[in-house]
Amino acid sequence: MVATKQGLTSEKQSKLNGILKKYDYKKSNLIAILQQIQEVYRYLPEEALTYVSVKMGLSPASVFGVATFYSQFSLNPKGKFEIKVCDGTACHVRGSMPVFNAIKKKLGLTGEKITTDCLRFSVETVSCLGACGLAPVVMINDKVYPKMTSEAMSIVLDELMKKHV
Amino acid sequence: MVKTKVKNTIFINGKEVEFSNERNLLEVIQKIGIDVPTFCYRPDLTLYGACRMCVVEIEGRGIQASCTMPPEPGLKIKTNSERVRRVRKVSLELLLSNHDRECTTCERSSDCELQILSNKYDIKDLRFEKLQEKAEIDDSNPSLVRDSNKCILCGACIRACTEVQGKSVLSFSNRGSKTVCAPAYGCKLEDVDCVYCGQCAAVCPTGALSIKSDVDKVFEAINDDSKTVIVQIAPAVRVALGEQFSIPPGENIIGIMAAALRRVGINKVFDTSFSADVTIMEEGTELIGRLKNNERLPLFTSCCPAWVRHAEQNHKNFLNNLSSAKSPQQMFGALAKDVLCKEYKIESKDLVVVSIMPCTAKKAEAVRPEFSKNGVQEVDIVLTTQEVFKLIQSAGVNISNLESEEMDMPFGEYSGAGVIFGASGGVAEAALRTAYEVITGKTLENVNFEEARGLDTLKEFTVDIDGKKIRLAIINTLAEADRVIEKINKGEAHYDVIEVMACPGGCIGGAGQPVSCKDRLIKGNRKDGLYKADAKMKLQKSHENPSVKTLYEKHLGEPNSKKAHHLLHTEYEERDIWNVED
Repeated sequence: MVATKQGLTSEKQSKLNGILKKYDYKKSNLIAILQQIQEVYRYLPEEALTYVSVKMGLSPASVFGVATFYSQFSLNPKGKFEIKVCDGTACHVRGSMPVFNAIKKKLGLTGEKITTDCLRFSVETVSCLGACGLAPVVMINDKVYPKMTSEAMSIVLDELMKKHV
Repeated sequence: MVKTKVKNTIFINGKEVEFSNERNLLEVIQKIGIDVPTFCYRPDLTLYGACRMCVVEIEGRGIQASCTMPPEPGLKIKTNSERVRRVRKVSLELLLSNHDRECTTCERSSDCELQILSNKYDIKDLRFEKLQEKAEIDDSNPSLVRDSNKCILCGACIRACTEVQGKSVLSFSNRGSKTVCAPAYGCKLEDVDCVYCGQCAAVCPTGALSIKSDVDKVFEAINDDSKTVIVQIAPAVRVALGEQFSIPPGENIIGIMAAALRRVGINKVFDTSFSADVTIMEEGTELIGRLKNNERLPLFTSCCPAWVRHAEQNHKNFLNNLSSAKSPQQMFGALAKDVLCKEYKIESKDLVVVSIMPCTAKKAEAVRPEFSKNGVQEVDIVLTTQEVFKLIQSAGVNISNLESEEMDMPFGEYSGAGVIFGASGGVAEAALRTAYEVITGKTLENVNFEEARGLDTLKEFTVDIDGKKIRLAIINTLAEADRVIEKINKGEAHYDVIEVMACPGGCIGGAGQPVSCKDRLIKGNRKDGLYKADAKMKLQKSHENPSVKTLYEKHLGEPNSKKAHHLLHTEYEERDIWNVED
């Protein structure tokens, strides 16, 4: 892998500058800044990390360290529909993995790949969502889908696929 | 009520021990001669408490890490109880479980702290299985090898890179069992803003960060009959190499080194202190010119390749202020390939210049394209102090049977000013000795500029030469350089001359030197050794070196002449690694 050189458009740069300004370029605000960037891009692109680290007077290695430490941050692009399958203990014993595998199969995702090529869907497991009574739980963007099965998931995905086609 | 004064004592293994300003229990325990095992504790870096090897048992408080615990009156400590031993052993087993244990082929074999401790704690059998797949080894750059399969995550390298050099090239990334200590985005060191100072390797307890070995290249050259092999020995090496032969730090063994290297098969043994004298002629003349015209001040020294690379990356507004003089290593190489080749009547490709340096960045300096002519490098091979020890050992030369020998001429003649180049402040002091006499035309009676000496990261003083006040800043470590430059940029500080050396204490603390990260006193001893060597010399001013005078008379003309410029000066380029200009 080669170090990320400048690859930001001026529009993206001004967006990043806006975020940095909002948080006063403060090192103690790094996590909030990264959260905002992730909201804009749906992930943390390397060039954005490099940009904010230089502007904040931090080393890219340190910022990369923070970005890879927290599981809330992703260094890979996420889909427009971000699917989170809870794999906490309760969801796991009530069959979250079959649901997860069914989603991957339906979206055509194999191996380590988590995002569809059209960037519409991404899927990953997360630790406890805090809704164990509704296990197994799936979250798609901000919406919670309780007591999921492979079949129910298939219907939900069909609905989403119809949107904005 | 009478207040009873609490005695500042603790009990170590039943023995009452007084403490004063030690910053942790570990130092108090070490004070009474008990060795506490540790990987992450480095007295010159911040406390970290990662490796858990320094644990002790404290009555009423259980097992505690002694490196992060301040001494409190009345503590009762056991340093070697059954519980302590058990905890240390389990920690070792866990560290070893994922460690690449191919010790025989490891650069740090025999001085690896993990290997030594495993042996001391008699670990024969590992209960835990290796989980991680083998990670790729990064040996892309000329100076350092990073092998994360040997990393124990003590974080010493990260602290060195951040606290000493202000760079933070390395950081922890990922989490839990996937944690690695690496440059940003998993890049290789040559693709990020590493300056190859090697201070990370100097504090690494294992072979995770090590010096790239070029020992075999030297043997190849020696065994090639068409090659004439010469060495230049840098000032700081002579007062440190002895440590590897159990000679006390600071003892000058240059004569023994000359004898040993000749037994190894080196044809001529020269001294970088000679080209340091030449550096003073060139850089000193440059300084006098700039002072006269009041231009491009402050002048920054350019002897330290880690500093030069850092300036190229981070301080491009000052690149014009860097002295254009090459470093002593490169001046030596350029002169050897010109003057010596003519004298020996050989082609430059058949003269192999080996430099013996305290420094890992010198390896990267030697391969800079501007230091090659027609595909032939000015300096062909760079060995660090650690590697020259291996070279001597590998050739089967036993130094205890050797008598001191003289250096070869003409590049083996040097002044005391050239020798002190190896310590922080030495370059500035050497320059002042010459500048004073050249500017005033008078003899400088007291050649010692005490204000320039010492291990402090910043030394500031003013020297009056003929009514002109010259303001100097002597800096070691790049973190300090950044702080000073920030002040200059803000208009809060003003200097005429700034000497920068990247390693703590200057070249004596270079990463190529024998490992000294556990002992605070070694650097001071090495420094004292250099100033002692200087004081012993009749010749203490660079411009009085007869061989330097002859060199100018016969080959170069005047300092800063056209020929001198061609051979002995260089240019710098901006290296914007993290290019994010708007």
